[in-house]
Amino acid sequence: MSLDSLEKHMLKQIADIEEVPMGAYNIRKDGKGIARNTTSNIDIVPKKDKPGIDIIIKENTKNESVHIPVILTAEGLKDVVYNDFYIGKNADVVIVAGCGIHNNYCETSEHDGIHTFHLEENCKVRYVEKHYGEGDGTGKRILNPETIIFQKKGSSFEMETVQIKGVDSTVRNTVAHLEEDTNLVITERLMTHGTQHAKTSFEVNLNGENSSTHVTSRSVAKENSTQEFISKVIGNTKSFGHVECDAIIMDKAKVISTPEIVANHLDANLIHEAAIGKIAGDQIIKLMTLGLTEQEAEEQIINGFLK
Amino acid sequence: MLLLQDISFNRDNKQILSHINLRIDTGKFVAITGPNGSGKSTLAKIIMGMEKPDSGAILFDGQDITSMDITQRAKLGIGFAFQQPVKFKGLTVQDLIELATGNKIKFSEACDYLSDVGLCAKEYIHREINDSLSGGELKRIEIAMLEAKKSKFTIFDEPEAGIDIWSFNNLIQVFEKMHDEIKGSIVVISHQEKLLSIADEIVLLNSGKVVNHGKREEILPLLLTTNRSCSRFRELEGGATKCH
Repeated sequence: MSLDSLEKHMLKQIADIEEVPMGAYNIRKDGKGIARNTTSNIDIVPKKDKPGIDIIIKENTKNESVHIPVILTAEGLKDVVYNDFYIGKNADVVIVAGCGIHNNYCETSEHDGIHTFHLEENCKVRYVEKHYGEGDGTGKRILNPETIIFQKKGSSFEMETVQIKGVDSTVRNTVAHLEEDTNLVITERLMTHGTQHAKTSFEVNLNGENSSTHVTSRSVAKENSTQEFISKVIGNTKSFGHVECDAIIMDKAKVISTPEIVANHLDANLIHEAAIGKIAGDQIIKLMTLGLTEQEAEEQIINGFLK
Repeated sequence: MLLLQDISFNRDNKQILSHINLRIDTGKFVAITGPNGSGKSTLAKIIMGMEKPDSGAILFDGQDITSMDITQRAKLGIGFAFQQPVKFKGLTVQDLIELATGNKIKFSEACDYLSDVGLCAKEYIHREINDSLSGGELKRIEIAMLEAKKSKFTIFDEPEAGIDIWSFNNLIQVFEKMHDEIKGSIVVISHQEKLLSIADEIVLLNSGKVVNHGKREEILPLLLTTNRSCSRFRELEGGATKCH
């Protein structure tokens, strides 16, 4: 199929692709699937009872990828979608999701994606999710992603989420349940400006022996925007959890960070680090001594922080 | 050439610098030394524009730069290595070297700068300038950055602080290399005899005043006498100032 220029632009923003991708994919636009491809190892089946798809990845599938971008360009659309991923034993795959809203209208556009991942034993998944909004309309652009992860013995899941621009409101919930010898790495990058609001909540249940998680959140809150970060790591057995939350606050923005670590076992080793602060004056001065203006220095610091 | 004319600076009702007149010629390696609290770092910051003097003027290559900000002075060719290097979450060694040069750099170039300060580029180039680096590593990266910037006039504020002996020898080589290659001026704020011994000129500050300024051969022997420091400074000041 061929994509129009707006579709290409949005795909570039959210999935770093400009044409239909290689491998398996499902492109959803304005509440409907517009392109789909499956491979011999990866099947994509539309759900019958509700909107969404099942992505079934065979065991031992290696070096394959699945792209499931979503684009919203229609006026006043609220799109709710349920995508379930079943990743077979020993598979090693990359999954690229992401949602872009182009809203030129007065009505609100909203996409709520509920993604559930079922990881079988010893599989490895890298999941990349990017959220982006644009458009000249006064209508709000709202994205509420929910991610639920079930990890069986020996599996690993690496999740990278990015929301840098144009989303007026987001409530992001992630819940994970880890069995033994599993690893979950979550990296979040977030920037809000104007009057935007972002709320992020992570809950990681370390249920199996030697399960571990690293959650890193770096965010920048500008102008009058607000952010809320809630993280909860529960160690129910011998396990390791590390949460690192760093926020740069600017102008009149507000940031709340609520850490919670729960050790229900003597060998649960849990760490939470949180820091909120404005850009350090000596950082700006250092970059000015290299020839940058104050504004350029600020941009470099923020870009580096969110890289 | 940098000229400081009658520079005074007060802070919290305390005189930090008093009527400083100093000329640093192009191509000279000048060490500024003196006891703690003598005003050395403040003087360095005033040259870079990080502090504004209460009175006096600063001329750089004949141009009055007194009212210029840090960025303008950096663009004119003044560089500054911090005594305590600044950390940046997210920015890497490569990012900062590139910002210093103003260009993208090849790995081989970064390798040259980093190996000059005794760091392996492969290991360090993509490292973030954060808490994972030791004080000595940060200091060496800071110096590599200034080497890359190739300023006409570079100030190093206590470059030896936090650096081990092995790196210190590298450091001296870096200064000599910069001195030879750029043919600009290098000003080092230091207490280290070894650094003073490679300077062309030494400036001695005490209580915010230049109490002596001359060729290394003249000043260094006076500083290295076995006298206790107080009597040494008294001697240098002709016995005029009380020792603090």
